[in-house]
Amino acid sequence: MRQLSHHILDIVENSLEAGASRVDINVKELPQENLLSIQVCDNGRGMDAETVARLSDPFFTTRKTRHVGLGIPLFKAAAERCNGRLTITSQPSQGTQVMAEFERDHIDRAPLGDIVGTLLAIILAQRVCDLRYCHQVGDLCFEFDTADIRRELGDIPLTHPQVRDWLKRFIEEGEAELHATAQVGRPASAGHVLCPQRSELPSTESGLIKRV
Amino acid sequence: MPKLKSLEELRALRDGVRAEIATRTETGTTITIGMGTCGIAAGARETMQAVLRELRAQDIEAHVATVGCIGMCSAEPLVDIEQAGQPRITYQNITADKVHRLITEHLKNGRVVGDWVFGRLQKS
Repeated sequence: MRQLSHHILDIVENSLEAGASRVDINVKELPQENLLSIQVCDNGRGMDAETVARLSDPFFTTRKTRHVGLGIPLFKAAAERCNGRLTITSQPSQGTQVMAEFERDHIDRAPLGDIVGTLLAIILAQRVCDLRYCHQVGDLCFEFDTADIRRELGDIPLTHPQVRDWLKRFIEEGEAELHATAQVGRPASAGHVLCPQRSELPSTESGLIKRV
Repeated sequence: MPKLKSLEELRALRDGVRAEIATRTETGTTITIGMGTCGIAAGARETMQAVLRELRAQDIEAHVATVGCIGMCSAEPLVDIEQAGQPRITYQNITADKVHRLITEHLKNGRVVGDWVFGRLQKS
């Protein structure tokens, strides 16, 4: 896998297979601490300690369609070759949390890559699941929750072609603005999707988008 | 507090599509893309992006969905196309560079691309 966003998509695919109805993705980039972390939390069926202990074995899988399970071992290797680590916390019926940490400026760290494509692939998944995404760079963050968007849409599915196009534009704009703002170190033009710290933020009317 | 442009767009979009949605859901086209570890590693996400681009470019309305691994890892990326009243066709090794031909032939010209077919599923 050439991009960290490929790993994110793969981990979320596991969440969907585990019956999750809700997935949280937190991508945190802290340049001053030379840290990039990716956390995926779900409310799926979870795993017992014995299963968690075997996850980094590429020849262990719970699936019946094949005999290898490469997703976690690949993600773990990607983190460890950047002086990072991968930790998994899970309990039966309590969901699962996967956390990968990387040295942000390590020469072997793969780029985050096409996060827009990854999020769209998750949103379009046949197993319907709400997704909350938060991408923090320094003290700025772009976040959204598909539960809020679905509330706005009512009976119109997220997979509707026009909604799909809107989501793609929305995520592209949010990510672009996040990076542009983080680079110049000042707030973006009024009223898009950036925020300094989520807990301090006022919400917009819908709660869909938060900002400075 | 000022409203956000993107949210206003979403609400306008919602009001615009509500009327036609039931009809299209029942009669439409569904494209399904395998997105397991094997699919992702073989380029399925890029295939999905290419499918979305091609649908937009050719002005075709279709439902696009992603699914997990079905165990045919060597044939990934797998793309299924299902149209109302037609058998479901599974195409194999559909990398992004093949998407233009696939969408043009299957959805525009109504011809199955025989060379790339992995299987057909007739509706019972």
